[in-house]
Amino acid sequence: MVLTVTDLEISRGGRAVLEGVHFTLLPGAALILRGPNGVGKTTLLRTVAGLQPASGGHISGADDTIAYAGHSDGLKSMLTVTENLDFWASVFGRSDIGAALDAFDLRGLASRLAGNLSAGQKRRLGLARLMVTGRPVWVLDEPTVSLDAASVGLFVAAVRGHLGQGGSAILATHIDLGLQEAAVLDLSVFRASPRAAQADEAFL
Amino acid sequence: MRALLARDLRLAVRAGGGFGLGLAFFLIVTVLVPFGVGPQTALLTRIAPGVLWIGALLACLLSLDRILALDWEDGTLDLLATAPLPMEGIVSVKALAHWITTGLPLVLAAPLLGVLLNLAPGGFLWIIVSLAVGTPALSVIGTFGAALTIGLKRGGLLLSLLVLPLYVPTLIFGAEVARRGADGLGVGAPLMLLAGISLGAVALLPFASAAVLRINLR
Repeated sequence: MVLTVTDLEISRGGRAVLEGVHFTLLPGAALILRGPNGVGKTTLLRTVAGLQPASGGHISGADDTIAYAGHSDGLKSMLTVTENLDFWASVFGRSDIGAALDAFDLRGLASRLAGNLSAGQKRRLGLARLMVTGRPVWVLDEPTVSLDAASVGLFVAAVRGHLGQGGSAILATHIDLGLQEAAVLDLSVFRASPRAAQADEAFL
Repeated sequence: MRALLARDLRLAVRAGGGFGLGLAFFLIVTVLVPFGVGPQTALLTRIAPGVLWIGALLACLLSLDRILALDWEDGTLDLLATAPLPMEGIVSVKALAHWITTGLPLVLAAPLLGVLLNLAPGGFLWIIVSLAVGTPALSVIGTFGAALTIGLKRGGLLLSLLVLPLYVPTLIFGAEVARRGADGLGVGAPLMLLAGISLGAVALLPFASAAVLRINLR
């Protein structure tokens, strides 16, 4: 699935944030978004994921192809690790969670309540959710927050595996993942000139 | 959809899930009324249908802010919005889960509490019928209110203020069915209107809730 973004303009809180954003994400490719805090990485990713409308431009190839992982993991603390993953698998019409448990080293935690996991373990569970969705395009917002070095390794291996199967990934991150094959897009060049957006995105 | 319903029901019965809170509240409110009114059985019999309806309505209100706020806080709603489920389906399932965990127990408990209020013998059937027909509307309207107020810190009070006026028609016709039933009068007209309110709310409000939710997620 080719994800194409052309001349995208996005705004947040009634102010234009980015304009003229364009990139193409081919199957098997990864794109890393960089830029200082507040440049609009999260807003761009949420727009690509379809959670907020763009104030201009066009996104194609994003219908029912996106698996989004934001700042929060969407875990229920009173459900076990297995129950959480099973739930997301069945929401996406799938049933096999074994590969995801293995990829993020969650087998030993499978019957623990998500509420009893550490922050890093929760994040691993949140990322394992991506694998059970079966969606081709992963949209990841700061995926490595609170992960230790070994877990970052697991994550990078999971992303490589996903790319190897013809999937693609777009991620915003501040650390060096060691994902050499990924293209890097610096968002600061797309920074919108300081002005109010034509319309508040809340009312689009 | 089925997975979402199963998960919501499972969460409701786990620790902190709030299952039974509404029921306990209903019990306490209806027990308090005879204390407040005093030992006047004739008066209690007269007000019993209305008291049961108000108690059920308040018990329903109590658990509304759990419908969507918890899922919003932990990011589940964002992820559900990108899932292949339609948003209208998500809010409908949420309302259904709320009805099963709150409304249905109220319907089943109402006749027992009717005894405490000296409900007329003819009224027991109609309090069950009126609550069974009316509480789905309470859940669906409440889900709409919950969708409006997610994202507001401590939006529970605002939620109550928004939702209570919307509950008025359901309360009027629901209590009327129960009262006329208890007095041995015909209940046809108010029961039809109550059913109409419920069906209309179930059919239309999920679209409004979904639209509001999409805006609130931005």
